[in-house]
Amino acid sequence: MIRTSGLQKSFGSNHVLRGIDITINPHEVVVVIGPSGSGKSTFLRCLNLLEKPTAGQVFFRGQCITDPHVNVNEVRTEMGMVFQRFNLFPHMTVIDNITLGPAKVRGVSLEEARETARVLLDKVGILDKENAYPSELSGGQQQRVAIARALAMKPMAMLFDEATSALDPEMIGEVLDVIRTLAEEGMTMVIVTHEMGFANEVGDRVIFMDEGVIVEEGPPEEVLGQPQNPRTQAFLSKVL
Amino acid sequence: MALDFSIIPGILPALLLGARLTVQLALIAVAIGLVIGSFVGIGRVSGNRVIRTITGIYVDFIRGTPLLVQLFLVYFGLPSLIGRPVPPFTAAIAAMGINSGAYVAEIVRAGIQSIDRGQMEAARSIGLTYAQSMRYIIFPQAFRRVIPPLGNEFIAMLKETSLVSVIALEDLLRKGQVVITRTFRPFEIYMAVALIYLVMTLAISRLVAWSEKRLKVVD
Repeated sequence: MIRTSGLQKSFGSNHVLRGIDITINPHEVVVVIGPSGSGKSTFLRCLNLLEKPTAGQVFFRGQCITDPHVNVNEVRTEMGMVFQRFNLFPHMTVIDNITLGPAKVRGVSLEEARETARVLLDKVGILDKENAYPSELSGGQQQRVAIARALAMKPMAMLFDEATSALDPEMIGEVLDVIRTLAEEGMTMVIVTHEMGFANEVGDRVIFMDEGVIVEEGPPEEVLGQPQNPRTQAFLSKVL
Repeated sequence: MALDFSIIPGILPALLLGARLTVQLALIAVAIGLVIGSFVGIGRVSGNRVIRTITGIYVDFIRGTPLLVQLFLVYFGLPSLIGRPVPPFTAAIAAMGINSGAYVAEIVRAGIQSIDRGQMEAARSIGLTYAQSMRYIIFPQAFRRVIPPLGNEFIAMLKETSLVSVIALEDLLRKGQVVITRTFRPFEIYMAVALIYLVMTLAISRLVAWSEKRLKVVD
């Protein structure tokens, strides 16, 4: 579903991604781990072109989306993204946050968009908050709204950029529960996380990144259980 | 010579007439400034480098030169270029409108840039275009933040209009000067002029504070 070829990204003289080749299959859950500064967030943000790759290509459903003629906005509707800092729209109620995309981008009627939004709010467990403003919600609730907002576009894939890193410990579980449900439903997902237990549990494949390259990848029990590369071993010994 | 404020009531109508022109000038100038400044301010954060450069030059030129010089350029300079005189009122609102546009542009730019980057990213990630993201996400949030500085800009403009007295427009200051030539009471009359400016600027700052409270956003 998503494929990158020789993906590189530099910020000035800072060479963050040094050539990433990866194929993400439909219904696959790929978990990306690695030390901070390893380029994992940048990699994720290159997939929906929030960052413009310096070199290399990104393919989505067979189409090369790094081609300048491709309508990036259309591609993004098919790839939901969840951010570390939630990034809900503070001037809109919960339900308006969720219906904005479907109504303005997809052209769905407001009635229908609201119905879908309520189904999604029910799914993430906060149906009673539809008329609240983001600032009235806890971090965990805000992140669940953010997930609902992304899902409202009915994307083919979801990208999670350290979705639980800004949360208080007692709220991490409720957000992971939602992501777990999506995994069970067969959503294609790329998840950047520091939650190793969660990576082990939901990941079909774990990618360990360091210094802009993929150092090791494979099933979670192999990469997390018996890492072969010394850098993976060193990293895991620090975080586990 | 003793101070004699008893002459003030008699000349007050003349001063208030001048104050009316002062307010008119400031209002029109800031209105023009708002239109120019909104476009230029958006241009300043544009992804297009040519637009960024052109708007940047405009802002730098206006903010880096005195308003009085700009006023002279339009009132005394422009006629020699176009071959006919520019009426004082037209010259005044043109110079002050263009001047205000640069300051408003900086206010708009700062307002837009004060909105967290993540807001634009979140908007784009659900497929909104740049223009849609600006319209539905960035502007509504930036709008609330630019109200107080825009109020300050209006106050600044109201005071700056006193410069037009040098091109023979009968604003509040000029009216004061005219009255002085008749009464020979410069201190009392300039004091009265200053107080009228003060009343107007205080009223505006109260209005801004009130609207700020009403627009208090949930963030």
